[in-house]
Amino acid sequence: MPIAITLDVTLRQGSFVLDVHEHLETDVLALVGHSGAGKTSVIEAIAGLRTPDAGEIRVGDRVLFSSARAIDLRARERRIGYVPQDALLFPHLDVRHNILYGVRKGEGLALDRVLAMLEIGALVDRRIDRLSGGERQRVAIARALMASPSLLLLDEPFAGLDPSLRERILPYLRRVRDDLGIPMICVSHEPALVEALADHVLALDRGRAVFSGPPGRASV
Amino acid sequence: MGGEIWQITWFTVLAAIGATLVMLPPGIALAWLLARKQFPGKSLLDTVASLPLVMPATATGLILLYLFGRYGPIGGLLAPLGVNVVFTRVAVVLAMASMGFPLLVRTARSGFEEVRPRYEQLAATLGAGPWRIFFTVTLPLAGRTVLAGTLLALSRGIGEFGATIVIAGNIPGRTRTLALGIFNAIEVGHDREAMLLLFVSVAIAFVLISLSNRLIHRPATEART
Repeated sequence: MPIAITLDVTLRQGSFVLDVHEHLETDVLALVGHSGAGKTSVIEAIAGLRTPDAGEIRVGDRVLFSSARAIDLRARERRIGYVPQDALLFPHLDVRHNILYGVRKGEGLALDRVLAMLEIGALVDRRIDRLSGGERQRVAIARALMASPSLLLLDEPFAGLDPSLRERILPYLRRVRDDLGIPMICVSHEPALVEALADHVLALDRGRAVFSGPPGRASV
Repeated sequence: MGGEIWQITWFTVLAAIGATLVMLPPGIALAWLLARKQFPGKSLLDTVASLPLVMPATATGLILLYLFGRYGPIGGLLAPLGVNVVFTRVAVVLAMASMGFPLLVRTARSGFEEVRPRYEQLAATLGAGPWRIFFTVTLPLAGRTVLAGTLLALSRGIGEFGATIVIAGNIPGRTRTLALGIFNAIEVGHDREAMLLLFVSVAIAFVLISLSNRLIHRPATEART
């Protein structure tokens, strides 16, 4: 089910200024743009890892940040699942404990369902240094899903994966979209991912939105 | 003589363990604070915490004697409660903790600095609060370095001399530690006793420093890259 997202963000980092003002409804938003365009800054601002100088960030009916209303929910209060580019699995925990880290009592998805959906049931007792790149990504997605997010942020989920692995990750993201109905924002350079998954594309260039619309018309 | 050496060794090890346990919570807290936070007076606090490393140990002992003496700012508060620290076993623990503290803080701090803050940020997005993040992410990832610092501090406690003799004296069967025992044996010409205590001291220090070095010079893990 599409979710309404308001991204009204001004964020200065040295000489770089992120200045995005968009309101959109989407199941899967692809955030595209060249390196340094501000894509990661946008999703880190949504996740609560960077604080905008001004603006408002709203996901559904929840205001995550509003400079005018002095609202700035802490990252732990936002219920935004975040899968960073390097997966960032906790190296001291095995797969099971990584996945269960964010589980809230009496809430969320059943572990078996997530394991089956992402086909990682056989990995749960492994140490994370024994996982391949694709397995790491899927475990990181499972970890984010188990925390019951209202929105899932994926930062370059295909980065560092060879083409065959990229093909194999895509169906799992489709299942998250179709079976769980969790909206996603996906940072990617991959036209395949944008076309196969996204219903809306937001293209950034040097901190500004240069395109917002359906994927067919975007120049990725 | 054997019984006395055993008593001195046992007391020294127990006192050093006690001192380590006393300094662990404030030491880890200060190390984390210095590694992760910016605040006014940080440099001053860092310097003060490191002073016992470079000051003469007897000077540290004298400061402790002033603080915990009957008319000192802390000793004066304890005296009406019937608590006297100076020239007791507690004073030995206090001297050992004061001398080991900077070693723990400096080593643990470098451990915390090597943990990528992004792990902590990610834990926050998973709903974890600051305490949970510290105990389930930061401390485990810095754990080996913190443990190495703990062993260094323990070793320092076992070898402590100068501060101990000032605040705890050198009372046989009561406050005499390995270092004080060696000093005393040399003073009275008991060379065999001095050599035995020396052997015990070297053996304990060797084991502790070896363990600490193995922890510090471990292969890099993902947490530190």
